[in-house]
Amino acid sequence: MKLELQGITKKFGDFTANDAIDLVVQPGTVHALLGENGAGKSTLMNVLFGLYDADGGQILLDDEPRVFAGPGDAMDAGIGMVHQHFMLVPVFTVAESVMLGNEDVTGPAKLLDLNAARAKVKELSDRFGFAIDPDAVIEDLSVGAQQRVEIIKALSRDAQILILDEPTAVLTPQETDELLDIVGQLRDAGTAVVLITHKLREVKAIADDITVIRRGKVVGTAEPTASQEELASLMVGRDVSMTVAKDAADPGDPMLQVHNLTVVDGVTEITLLDGVTFEIRAGEILAVAGVQGNGQTELAEAIAGLTPTDAGHVTLDGEDITGHSIRKVLDAGVGFVPEDRTEDGIVANFTIINNLILDIYDRAPYSTRGTLNGKVLVDNAEKQVENFDVRTTSINALTGSLSGGNQQKVVLARELSRDLKLLIASQPTRGLDVGSIEFVHKRIIEERDNGAAVLIVSSELDEVYALADRIAVMYHGRIVDIVPPDTDRDTLGLMMAGAHKEEEAA
Amino acid sequence: MSEQVVTQPGGESPAPDEDRRDWAGTWRQITESSGLVVAMAIFAALVIAGLLVILVDPDVQEAAGYFFSRPGDTFAAAWEAVSSVYGAIFQGAVLNFDSSTFAGTIKPFTQTLTMATPLIFAGLGLGIGFRAGMFNIGAQGQLLIGATVGAYIGFAWHLPFPLHLALAVLGTAVGGALWGFIPGILKAKTGAHEVIVTIMLNYVALNLVAYLLTLEAFLPPGQTNPKSPIVDESAQYPLLLGSQFNLHWGFILALLCAWGVWWLMERSTLGFEFRAAGANARAARTAGMNVTKTTILVMVVAGALAGLAGSAPVLGTEKALTDQTAGSLGFDAITVALLGRSRPLGTVFAAILFGGLQAAGPTLQTVAGLRPDIVYVIQALVVLFIAAPPLVRTMFRLPVPAHEKEVAA
Repeated sequence: MKLELQGITKKFGDFTANDAIDLVVQPGTVHALLGENGAGKSTLMNVLFGLYDADGGQILLDDEPRVFAGPGDAMDAGIGMVHQHFMLVPVFTVAESVMLGNEDVTGPAKLLDLNAARAKVKELSDRFGFAIDPDAVIEDLSVGAQQRVEIIKALSRDAQILILDEPTAVLTPQETDELLDIVGQLRDAGTAVVLITHKLREVKAIADDITVIRRGKVVGTAEPTASQEELASLMVGRDVSMTVAKDAADPGDPMLQVHNLTVVDGVTEITLLDGVTFEIRAGEILAVAGVQGNGQTELAEAIAGLTPTDAGHVTLDGEDITGHSIRKVLDAGVGFVPEDRTEDGIVANFTIINNLILDIYDRAPYSTRGTLNGKVLVDNAEKQVENFDVRTTSINALTGSLSGGNQQKVVLARELSRDLKLLIASQPTRGLDVGSIEFVHKRIIEERDNGAAVLIVSSELDEVYALADRIAVMYHGRIVDIVPPDTDRDTLGLMMAGAHKEEEAA
Repeated sequence: MSEQVVTQPGGESPAPDEDRRDWAGTWRQITESSGLVVAMAIFAALVIAGLLVILVDPDVQEAAGYFFSRPGDTFAAAWEAVSSVYGAIFQGAVLNFDSSTFAGTIKPFTQTLTMATPLIFAGLGLGIGFRAGMFNIGAQGQLLIGATVGAYIGFAWHLPFPLHLALAVLGTAVGGALWGFIPGILKAKTGAHEVIVTIMLNYVALNLVAYLLTLEAFLPPGQTNPKSPIVDESAQYPLLLGSQFNLHWGFILALLCAWGVWWLMERSTLGFEFRAAGANARAARTAGMNVTKTTILVMVVAGALAGLAGSAPVLGTEKALTDQTAGSLGFDAITVALLGRSRPLGTVFAAILFGGLQAAGPTLQTVAGLRPDIVYVIQALVVLFIAAPPLVRTMFRLPVPAHEKEVAA
């Protein structure tokens, strides 16, 4: 089925989220909708899916104008959507989830026909190699598997147009590859796929057509053969460099020494961190690569003092900080950018002013004798918002109202406002757009050049390559090996799956 | 919006946090409703209460019997009914123009402020808790224990005036703080939910006081009535406006506390910790704050303020401890804190509004010959509307605040 959008306009008050957008998606193709966060991609797809009423323009399916009153209409017309935030009931089984909203009944008592749903799941799962058990419970599934359930759900209603909204934002590199395989198969089976994303690598890997949206308008179309730099500058509206220029590291004395660090989960008694040993020197970036859930998060939190350790030592600039409270660790000169920004990094309901002092509020000059110095806080916020280019209407705005990139800039501004010996940053650019990623990377490298030791945890290999002076690969709570930054992707991938270089050679 | 909230297998965040967040969301929605919504809620409550008055008024019912022949009579009777009720409330709570003396004219308002005094104290304490993410339902118990300690110091010790009063007032604060400390430490150390613990401690306090009032040490010689001896004059709040009025210095202390709470929450580093822990405990912890300490301290401060509320009856108006000392103050204070949106100034105004309604009760009965129940109806309606900001916004077509709007793309 061919999908055509003509002049779609959507306004929220004075704000035009979509401005006369035209888009044609041919059956059997993958059409990438590329744009930064807030460019209006999701709004456009929500209009198409009947969640928002358009203020102008029309939707054509196979050249026939259609109006959808709600998602039900859109689904009946053959449009399926996999939202960025999955719409699944955690305690339901896969089969129940797939039938939800479209329940078949059987027999005179009109009982739910679970067998039919199971069969449907099995058939689709087999056809596309999804490897999904119809009786598995949603909350037990990995994020990637949950996403496949959403896709099965859409396909089970004969979706001929499938919209995937930022599908790889939550996936590991392996899961991303699997998803791209699936998308390829769907395309070959004749489905029209709309892929909403801001990740250039995926676009180049799978898309047949590319439409770039910026500030609610189509700013151009591109061929998949275009370079990442070309796509990025279309998206951002200025030239961006995909890899921030950085000089070779000039490492000094060892700043952070971690010896035999071990963390055992108190409840499950699973060893999360298994005798990890490494050191980072002043003026050096060590990036920890690995599939999520292999102990990287625990490593960062154990060093920061958020997770209690069971064995081993952490030494910062010659001082033993093992088992110190996070408070003491921060005071010792550590900056910590947590992995989960909204949960751990900021207080969404606080103003930017207050989030900028969240861990320095009780030291001079921000407060004296238990009293906050309002003037200093305001000056500090004005200075930091300018230095870190935080896009906001006011320093009094609630931090939760900012985009992810600007929230992360607030966290970075706060952590870098102290003199640091060590900066720990977990997934520093997760969910950020290209422009913000460039900015964050620049700042991290600056901190290194100022002589801090930097520990980066990232599940994005691009980020690891962009920042690392050395790369540590983690698997099952251990460091597989620490390798130079010119190690190729395949080798890293194998190490992330647990294969050791030497073992392989042997 | 680009934030990914995904149901992670195995769920990383512990259940108490989830729980806290759900409660917090609801309370936040209520407490952050705009002042306009609050004003409209009070207005709507008065209108609906007025309609109820009309419906149950016998004169109106009689006139309605011949509505179609002389509709004017019905409207006149309705107007008469409503104006007599609201007139009596005004007369009982604000100014009495029937009185020949100036003192008599302003007496109702001083009575309102007297009734408002304990509500200000307790409302301030509860407001701190709400903003710090602690849902303290235990003001009633904290108030009772505070009142008990203060009253005991007042009648059992015999000291010169300013010292005796100061110690008795301090005693009410310490008693309340102790009763707040228990749920605080239980929550901090074991995760016991403060709502349950504080509700249960209310019963413990009530029965403890009932038991104490059977002991010789708490009763005047030879008495068995559950009423303690009158506290010494040296431990009583001096009257603020002379002997014609009941208003005492406790009201001034309450206003000072309101200022103190404002300073604590808006200007001090401790209040910054309170607010951070309430708005996002995980982020507060990640930023190096000691959330365990905060949890306990919040309950201690809230308890101390609720305890001070107990000083208003035992050291101000009744001057003795009875098993009725708390009345429904601890629960009314929850409404007051909500109505005041947990802010000190708002709490003061809300307490005065509720104090006025309570002060008007006797006037309704004695002067206008009406049932005082209408006052409770108004209070209940105010609570109802305050708890449902979207309802009020729809009724008065107020705009939805920006942070609740759908966010584009």
